[in-house]
Amino acid sequence: MPIAMPNLAPVMPEIVMTCLAILLLMADLVIRQKDTLGLISIISAGIVLYLVLGSSGETFAGMFISDGYSMFFKLIFLANLILTVLISSRYLQIMRINFGEYYALMMFATLGMMLMASAADIIVLYLGLELMALSTYVLAGFIRYDMRSNEAAIKYLLLGAFASAILLYGTSMIYGLTGTTNLKGIAAYIMNNNIAGNPVLMLSMVFFAVAFSFKIAAVPFHMWAPDAYEGAPTPITAFMSVGPKAAGFAVLGRIFLTAFASVRADWSMVLIPIAVLTMAIGNIVALSQTNIKRMLAYSSIAHAGYMLLGIISGTPAGLSSVLNYMLIYALMNVGAFAVVIMLRSEGFAGENISDYEGLSKTHPTAAALMLIFMFSLTGIPPMAGFMGKFYLFMSAINAGYTSLVVVAVLFSAISAYFYLRIVMLMYMKEPRESVQLNTSPGLGLALAMTAVAVILIGVLPGKVLALAQMAVASF
Amino acid sequence: MVQTMDNTMGFPILSVLIFLPLAGAALILLMNRANDKAIRVVSLSVSIATFIVSLSLFTGFDKTTHLMQFVERYEWIPSLNMSYYLGLDGISVLFVLLSTLVTILCVLISWESIRTKTKEFFISLLVMEGAMIGVFCSLDFMLFYIFWEAMLIPMYLLIGVWGGPNRVYAAVKFFLYTLVGSVLMLVGIIVLYFYAGRTFDILELMTKAYPYKMQLMLFWAFFAAFAVKVPMFPVHTWLPDAHTEAPTAGSVILAAVLIKMGAYGFLRFSMPLLPDASRAMTPVMLTLSVIAIIYGGIICLAQTDLKRLIAYSSVSHMGFVTLGIFALNTQGVEGGILQMLNHGVVTGALFLSVGVIYDRTHTRVIADYGGVASVMPIYASLFMVFTFASVGLPATNGFIGEFLILLGGFKANQWAGVLAASGIIIGAGYMLWLYQRVFFMETSPKVAGLQDMNMRELLTLLPMVVLVFWIGIYPNVFLSFMHPSVQHLLERVNGGSAPAVAANIATQILR
Repeated sequence: MPIAMPNLAPVMPEIVMTCLAILLLMADLVIRQKDTLGLISIISAGIVLYLVLGSSGETFAGMFISDGYSMFFKLIFLANLILTVLISSRYLQIMRINFGEYYALMMFATLGMMLMASAADIIVLYLGLELMALSTYVLAGFIRYDMRSNEAAIKYLLLGAFASAILLYGTSMIYGLTGTTNLKGIAAYIMNNNIAGNPVLMLSMVFFAVAFSFKIAAVPFHMWAPDAYEGAPTPITAFMSVGPKAAGFAVLGRIFLTAFASVRADWSMVLIPIAVLTMAIGNIVALSQTNIKRMLAYSSIAHAGYMLLGIISGTPAGLSSVLNYMLIYALMNVGAFAVVIMLRSEGFAGENISDYEGLSKTHPTAAALMLIFMFSLTGIPPMAGFMGKFYLFMSAINAGYTSLVVVAVLFSAISAYFYLRIVMLMYMKEPRESVQLNTSPGLGLALAMTAVAVILIGVLPGKVLALAQMAVASF
Repeated sequence: MVQTMDNTMGFPILSVLIFLPLAGAALILLMNRANDKAIRVVSLSVSIATFIVSLSLFTGFDKTTHLMQFVERYEWIPSLNMSYYLGLDGISVLFVLLSTLVTILCVLISWESIRTKTKEFFISLLVMEGAMIGVFCSLDFMLFYIFWEAMLIPMYLLIGVWGGPNRVYAAVKFFLYTLVGSVLMLVGIIVLYFYAGRTFDILELMTKAYPYKMQLMLFWAFFAAFAVKVPMFPVHTWLPDAHTEAPTAGSVILAAVLIKMGAYGFLRFSMPLLPDASRAMTPVMLTLSVIAIIYGGIICLAQTDLKRLIAYSSVSHMGFVTLGIFALNTQGVEGGILQMLNHGVVTGALFLSVGVIYDRTHTRVIADYGGVASVMPIYASLFMVFTFASVGLPATNGFIGEFLILLGGFKANQWAGVLAASGIIIGAGYMLWLYQRVFFMETSPKVAGLQDMNMRELLTLLPMVVLVFWIGIYPNVFLSFMHPSVQHLLERVNGGSAPAVAANIATQILR
C-alpha cells in the first residue's frame, strides 16, 4: 500500500522553524560575531510568525492541529522568543557566555512549545514537551562556571523529568482505558461509554493535572521555580517564566476542555484547590523575598494561579481570558526582566531588591519603566495587567465562581505590597551606591515595545480581546 | 426613557477637562528636568486653563433637570459592552469645579516647597487632576472604576515621595486600604453587569430591579470601597497617616476631593442601584456616622500634631456627610452634598494654611507654636475665618451644611440628630483650642520674626475665603444645582413615594 503524503501545510511553520534552528546551529560554526546569530533568530522568528498566520487545518491523521487557539499561543511564543533575544545580547557579553548555541536552543525550545500548542494527540504533546524541556534545562544551566546556574539546571531537570514521568503514567492509563491517545477520540470514548465516574479516568486526570501543574509552576508543584528562576541567566528566566508557562496552559486548556470536557465537574474539583493554593503561596511568599528574580518567580507562580481561574471556568470566555492574560503577562513580565537585566554589570549582580534604592534619582527613565511594569503586574489601571485580570475575573464570575474571584482579588491586593515595594525603593529612598546601567539597542527596543504595549493594551484592550475571543471560537 | 441631554456646549467639554491636564503632564514629561521654573509655569497654566474651561459648566448647567448633561458616548470595548460614557448631573457637577479649583491652589502652594523631583511632582499632580475629573464624570461603571483605581498611582507617589518623615508607611497603608476596598467593589460591579444583562451603563443599571439578597451583598461590596475612601469608622485609620505625612498639596487633594469620592460613590451607585438595601442598612450607616462624628472629635482633642488634628477632624466632618446622605431625605442629602463641598473648601484651606506656616517653621507640633497672631496678623485672620467655618459659625458655609444635615438627620432618627449635634460642640472645642494654642498665648521662639504671607500665598487662600462666605451667605446658588437631581435620587431610593416635603424649607428660611 503506498503511503499517502500527509498534508504538510498546517505544520509548515514548525518545519521551517526546525530547518532554521538547525541552520542557525551550523551558522554558529562560521559566524564569529554572535550578535548576528541573535539577529538571524529574530528574522527566523519573524518568518515563522508570518507562516503561522497563514496556516490552518489538521494533519497527520488528526494528531496535529493548527487552529486559532494554537495560532494565538504561537504568537505569544514567538513574541517571547523575539523579546528574549533582544534583551539577551548585552547580558551574554557581560556574563561571558556569548555562545551561538544559546540562540539555537531558544529556537528549539520555542519549537517544542509550538508543537505543544498544536498537539491534538498526547504523543505529539509529549514530543513537544520534551523538546521544550530539554532545551530549557540546558539554557537554565548556561552559566557553566556559576554554581547557582548549575543548581537551577539540575533542579529543573530532576523535577521536570518527574513531571514527564507522571504525564506518561497518566497517558498510559488513559490509553489503557480508551484505547486511543487522540484527544478527540478520548472525549468521544468518555461520552459514548458513559464512564464519567471511572476511578482510572479520575486518576489519569489527576496525573495530568499534576504534570501540568509542574510546568506552569502551580502550588504544591512549584518548588523548582524559585531556584531555577534565580540561578538561570536572567534573560532565560524571563523566557522560562513566560514560554513554558504559556505552553503548559495551552495544553491544559486543550486537554481539559477537549478530552475531559464532559467531566468538567470532576477536574474543576482538583484545579480549584490548586488555584487557591497557588495564589496564596505565590503572593504571600513573594512578600518576604530580597532577591528580585526570586520575587518575580513567586509572582509568576501567583499569576499562574489567576490564570487557572480561566481554565476552571471551562467556558470559551474563560479560555479566551487565559489567552488574553497570557499575552499581557508575557509583555509585562519580559519588560520587568529587561529592567532587571539593565542593572547587571561587570561584578555587580543588581539582583537584590535593595539595589533599586533611589533608582529614580540616578536613572529616571529606567525607574519610570519599572514603575509601569510593577503597576501592571499589580493590576492597576490604566495598565494592561488590569484589563487582563478584569476579563479573567469576569469570565470566572460568569461561570459562577464568584467566591473564588473574591479570594483572587484579595490575594491580588496583597500582591500590591511587594510590587509597590520596588516602586517605593526606587522613588522614596535615596540611592546608596551608584548603580550603573547597561543598555543596548536591543534592550532599549524591547523595553520600548513592552512598555508601549502594556499601556496601549491597558487603554484600548478591544482589539486584543477580540483576537483572543476569535481564537477560541474554533475550539 | 430618556435620561440624558445632548451636549449643548458645541465641544466635548468633559473630555477636554479630563485630557487637558493629562496633555499637560505629557508635555512636562518631555521637558528638561533641570528647568524647574518652566515646569511650574506650565503646570500652573494648564491648571488655570482647565479651571477656565470648567467654569462654563457652572454657567452652562441646566438647573431645571435631573438628566445627565454634557453627555459624550463612544464605543470603547464593544465585545464587553463597555463605553467611554461621560456626563454630569447636579450631584457631580460641583465636584468637577472643586477639583479644577483645588488643583490650581495645589500648584501655587507647591511653588517653592517642592524642590526635589519637581518634574515628577507636577506630572503626578496633573494626572491626578485628570483622573479625579474622570471619576466624577463617568457614566460607565468600568470607566469609573478605572479612573478610581488609576488615581492610586499618582496619589501613592505624592504621599510617598514628597511627604514627611513617615511617608512610606503612610503611602503604603493608603494604597493597600484603598485597593482592598476597591477590588471587592470590582467583583460587585461584575456581578451587577451579568445580572443586568451585560451592561456597565450606570443609567441603564438604575432602571433594573435587583433581588434583595443580592442588593445586600452588593451594598457591602460597594461599602468596602466607598467607606474606606470616605473614610467611615472603623476603616478610617489610613487617613490620619496619609493626611499627616503627605506634602501640603497631597493633603489638600486628599481632603478636598479624594475623600469626597467615597460619599459620592454612595450617592451615585449604592443608593440608586441598591435602594432596598440602602434603606435597610440606614440604621447601621447612621450609627457608624454618629460614632465617626463623636469619636473623631474626641480624638482631635488629644492631638499634638497640627496636621493630624485637622485630619481627624475630617473623620468627624465626613461623619456628618454620611449622616446626611443616609438620612434619605431632601435636607439630609442636600446638606450632605453641600457639606462635602464645604469640607473640601474649609479643610482644603486649613491644610493650605498649615502648609504656609510649615514652610517657614518645618514643624507640625502644636506646642512649638504660640503667639503667631502677633507676628503674622494677616495669616492669623485668614486662619480664623477657616476655623469658624470648620466650627460651623453662622454666615460661614459650615453652618449651612451642618444645619441641613442635622435637620435631615433629626427627621430620620432623633437620636442620631441629637448625638450628631453634640459633635458640633466638640468641634468648636478642639478648633478653638487649637487656634488659641497656635495663635495666642506667648510668642514661641520658633515663630518669632516670621514673615507674614506673601502675595502667592495670599492668592492661594483668597478663593477659599470667598467661597466660605459665598456659600455661607447665599447658599442657594450652589443648592439650586442639586435640587432636581437629589429629588430624582430620593424618588428612586424611597421607591417613588418620596413625600415632596416642602422641600426647601431650610433653604427658604435661610434665604
